[in-house]
Amino acid sequence: MSDAAQVETAPSDWQEEIWTLLGEISDPEIPILSLIDLGIVRYVRGASREVARVGLTPTYSGCPATEVIRRLVETKLARAGFADVAIETQLAPPWTSDWITPAARCKLKAYGIAPPAESVSNPKRLFGAAQVGCPRCQSSATRLVSEFGSTPCKAHYLCTACLEPFDYFKCI
Amino acid sequence: MSASLAPALSEDPRLRYVLRLADTSLILGQRLSEWVGHAPALEEDLGLANIALDLIGQARLLLSYAAELEGRGRSEDELAFLRDAAQFLNLTLVEQPNGDFGHTLVRQLLVSAYQLELYTALQTCADPRLAEIAAKALKETQYHVRYSASWVVRLGDGTAESHARVQEALMQLWPFTTELFADDGVDAAMIAAAIAPDAAALRALWSARIDAVLAEATLTRPADAPFPWHGKRGVHTEHLGYMLAEMQFLQRAYPGAEW
Repeated sequence: MSDAAQVETAPSDWQEEIWTLLGEISDPEIPILSLIDLGIVRYVRGASREVARVGLTPTYSGCPATEVIRRLVETKLARAGFADVAIETQLAPPWTSDWITPAARCKLKAYGIAPPAESVSNPKRLFGAAQVGCPRCQSSATRLVSEFGSTPCKAHYLCTACLEPFDYFKCI
Repeated sequence: MSASLAPALSEDPRLRYVLRLADTSLILGQRLSEWVGHAPALEEDLGLANIALDLIGQARLLLSYAAELEGRGRSEDELAFLRDAAQFLNLTLVEQPNGDFGHTLVRQLLVSAYQLELYTALQTCADPRLAEIAAKALKETQYHVRYSASWVVRLGDGTAESHARVQEALMQLWPFTTELFADDGVDAAMIAAAIAPDAAALRALWSARIDAVLAEATLTRPADAPFPWHGKRGVHTEHLGYMLAEMQFLQRAYPGAEW
């Protein structure tokens, strides 16, 4: 739950600088969240700023935003003077919605997207028993419309109290 | 025919095993994407498109790995778009036409339940690359099973018309499930290498899951068919060729075209 950033031992100044820059990049599909908020930046490594390596992990295997994110990172870092950063894809451990930071969950809710209701380690999740609250009126009287929504990471819900349809960030 | 476009596939069992997994996901993803704009409701259009996207994403990871194993400098795109039908090693079940919505969802359940058990086993297998891809794919597959099972139950235990249609789909598709558990030399080599799980154990898990859904859906499980089909050896039904003609048209007509 708390290993979202996985900062390695004693990050140097240039590594801190890269982390800060990555925190300024918005996710192309959910612009309210930064790449750090989403937990998809897995590491910033390298012996020096000239040979920096950034590890990204995809949320879903087929997420179309993955390529865009890669290009956004390259561009942003190049403009800040990191010309030859290697962007690496790290698959294991696979991304989990548990890596979405607590602050990001509040941002999602304010944006109208219900954050993941449970931790992935909760076995109840397998039975679809999550209590999803409406991000608009806070009612828990909601129902699942479809397991799939506007992007691979979201499901489609309806609040039966205020009748507002909304996206729910799936637990995976 | 230019030999350089589609060189003969290596006999390396690991390459062939990875290609079977990759092609099964790719071909099913392509089939599902035929529904985009045609599903009975917007939510289901999105649902099928999302599953297609997951499958194509999984296929890309697997094809990239296959390309590395092959070591001939071919890319994932070249493997997807420049092989002919006889070099595709997907299960025969996934190339079958979509039929109606219920037919598509029955096929999806049969395949997704299989992938669920397979990826569960592969995530701890002796090939670390395959294990990490399986762990990733497993999370997505759990949603595919939930989605397809819920629709098969709704349609099977629905009206007389919907029940009759999904029962008929089950009868038509069931014979192709024999291949899922019909091990050949490639599977045997992968089992010996502690990579592939034992087919009998896999079949028991799959059967239990499918039986539970069929019972809730008030559907009758068809009798097993003796003939296994041989899609995973590159021997396909006629449907695959037509599908590839559409899927590969752009790269065949405009070689090397990019977005």
